[in-house]
Amino acid sequence: MLYREAGDFKTSYVKDSQTFPIKADRMAYFALLAVAFLVVPFIINDYWANAVAVPFLIYAIAAIGLNILTGYCGQVSLGTGGFMAVGAYACYKLMTGFPEMPMLLNVLLAGGITAGVGVLFGLPSLRIKGFYLAVATLAAQFFLVWLFNKVPWFYNYSASGQITAPERTMFGIAVTGANTPAWAKYLFCLVILVALAWLARNLTRGMVGRKWMAIRDMDIAAEIIGVNPLTTKLSAFAISSFFIGVSGALFFAVYLGAAEVGEAFGINKSFLVLFMIIIGGLGSMFGSFAGAAFLVLLPVLLKNLLVGGLGWPTDLAAHIELMIVGGLIITFLILEPHGLAQLWRVAKEKLRLWPFPH
Amino acid sequence: MKKTFTMLAAAAIAAGGAALSPTVAAADLVVPNLSYRTGPFAAGGIPYADGFADYFTLLNERDGGIGGEKIQVPECETAYNTEKGVECYESTKGQGALVYNPLSTGITYQLIPKVTADKIPLYTPGYGRTSAANGKVFEWVFNYPANYWDGASVAIKHLLDQNGGSLEGKKIALLYHNSAYGKEPIRTLQELAKKHGFALTELPIDSPGQEQKSQWLQVRRDKPDYVLFWGWGVMNSVAIQEAANIRFPMENFIGIWWSGSENDVKPAGAGANGYKALTFHGVGQDYPVYGDLKKYVYDAGKAAGAGDQTGSAVYSRGMYAAMVIAEAIRKAQELSGTPAINASQLRDGFEQLSISEERMTELGLPQFGQAFAATCEDHGGPGAAMIQQWDAGAGKWNLITGFIEPDKDVLDPLIAEDSGAYAAENKITERCN
Repeated sequence: MLYREAGDFKTSYVKDSQTFPIKADRMAYFALLAVAFLVVPFIINDYWANAVAVPFLIYAIAAIGLNILTGYCGQVSLGTGGFMAVGAYACYKLMTGFPEMPMLLNVLLAGGITAGVGVLFGLPSLRIKGFYLAVATLAAQFFLVWLFNKVPWFYNYSASGQITAPERTMFGIAVTGANTPAWAKYLFCLVILVALAWLARNLTRGMVGRKWMAIRDMDIAAEIIGVNPLTTKLSAFAISSFFIGVSGALFFAVYLGAAEVGEAFGINKSFLVLFMIIIGGLGSMFGSFAGAAFLVLLPVLLKNLLVGGLGWPTDLAAHIELMIVGGLIITFLILEPHGLAQLWRVAKEKLRLWPFPH
Repeated sequence: MKKTFTMLAAAAIAAGGAALSPTVAAADLVVPNLSYRTGPFAAGGIPYADGFADYFTLLNERDGGIGGEKIQVPECETAYNTEKGVECYESTKGQGALVYNPLSTGITYQLIPKVTADKIPLYTPGYGRTSAANGKVFEWVFNYPANYWDGASVAIKHLLDQNGGSLEGKKIALLYHNSAYGKEPIRTLQELAKKHGFALTELPIDSPGQEQKSQWLQVRRDKPDYVLFWGWGVMNSVAIQEAANIRFPMENFIGIWWSGSENDVKPAGAGANGYKALTFHGVGQDYPVYGDLKKYVYDAGKAAGAGDQTGSAVYSRGMYAAMVIAEAIRKAQELSGTPAINASQLRDGFEQLSISEERMTELGLPQFGQAFAATCEDHGGPGAAMIQQWDAGAGKWNLITGFIEPDKDVLDPLIAEDSGAYAAENKITERCN
């Protein structure tokens, strides 16, 4: 009754092609942004920032990045963990090499370096497809982790091979290191996420995104209508790797504070981000967020319910948690193979017709 | 669909929020137990967590806590994973945690800056960052009585003893978990190789270490005289099985203390006979404290976990850590004159803690560990360790040496160098001057 486009007249082309054509959606979007920027920073504490908000924001960036490559351009990648490691180590080298640089610049440069590496490993995508490409990116994953373990220059010759983020600031406020206030961590990640999500959304609606989708849907047909597979595929690899590099840099510098490549950026990370976009919905912005939320927040929530709420032993809770998350993943994929985004879409369709579905 | 889903989500979030509120009474002393009973490292995590929790249960049941204050040991599952470690740290910090003992070198590295900012002591006996032994730089971190570099040095000293004081021309391989933990001893061993003239081969094994065929093939090909081993969790039993499979002489295979538990050697059966490991405390149940533990904890049905790990090597180590923390709490209560201490008072307790042989006997642990006394500069303790050898027939560890002192001439400059680098990176001015 309230949720429909009827009566919401668009009087210009810009308005007609906006991201949220329905007024209720637009209002909800602005309300969400207002809450995220103006309310949450004032009430957030260390626990909510470090255990809930910051990992969600960072994984959302990684999921958007992988969604660009896999969801929009159709190139399956299992190298996400490796590319996140490139971002993290690039950021570490920049932070320690140029201590005066503002942190935002470090993060963006780390993303840029990862984009270069991503293009390099994207080159095989011009010749191989599907599962074979997945295996080639898997090689990137293992090679990069091996490289960061093997070459001491990347971890500044520290005895243990660990990298530790020193304190760096933005406008005089610490955003990395142990003295970072919770709100600064949160806002730093939020600003980057909102900017990148806005960029990604508009890229995918424009010519670049349409080319990606043309390649995804049928690469030969796309080539015939004039889409250049070289630039299209490589641009997808570059932009996707940029996002993943930024998330890797934040993951190391803002979230963990210290990292070790095999543990923090192993093959499990690649699978985790891939599962996020599969569960959330391939080729959907909302899906990237929903998938990240599902896989980051649900385990924390279950842990708090089972151990904190019900007082179960921690090992039992940890095992049950794995089973519940696994079971939910299977249930969702059987009921809705296109992910949470499709559920959302169907729900919105129904709402538009409600209360007269026929 | 949407409505039910939203409602479910809202209900879940509300319930989760309620669950986050502190469940621990404010008056108690809170010592969180960041444990791991799941995942590839559970074989080591379970006995440690049990020993840690059981000792505090004993104090609560027998003595009514420490200085009349009950001790709460909230447990949080990390699965040896740094991300879950962050969550556990933040959730227990809010409950008024007094000290952290995460039993993970990776989580320790992550927590060092955090505890320094939050002013909570971090106690990492026998693991963590070795150079934290330098109290001038690491104000909030304590790793006495022994650390990895001590362990590496003690192992080499034991080999020197066996070879008439010279390792000239010998080949020693280091088989290690490819992580911060496994890499810790490399620098020391390189220095020792220079000093004693042996050749060091480094063989990394990627976590979790269930696949080691290629490394053992290399051992077979290179034929090192000795293999030193820095493994943990499932990797230990696999390595010992592989060593047995290639008929590597077990008495030439020496593990760090984390690679010397019953769970590691038993799967290889008789093949593990003669395997050696370091230890910085006694093992087994021949200590008077077990009488009390049996009476107040096990028979009362209050044992942590399944209660089947008592007296094992890693259980003993968990108990040892709990004992040192309890003594530090006692010391802090004495110093501050109040039983309800806070985290920074506990830090002073740790720094002025001294545990003598008489005190250990009083506690029911005679000849269990080495006596030590911490100071402002020295957070690392004497670092001596013993060698234990597995007797597969009897199914128990036998101590074959007394405490062996590490080579401080080699270690002290390394500690000064590494802690100096940390201080420079983080702009820390040295204390204790």
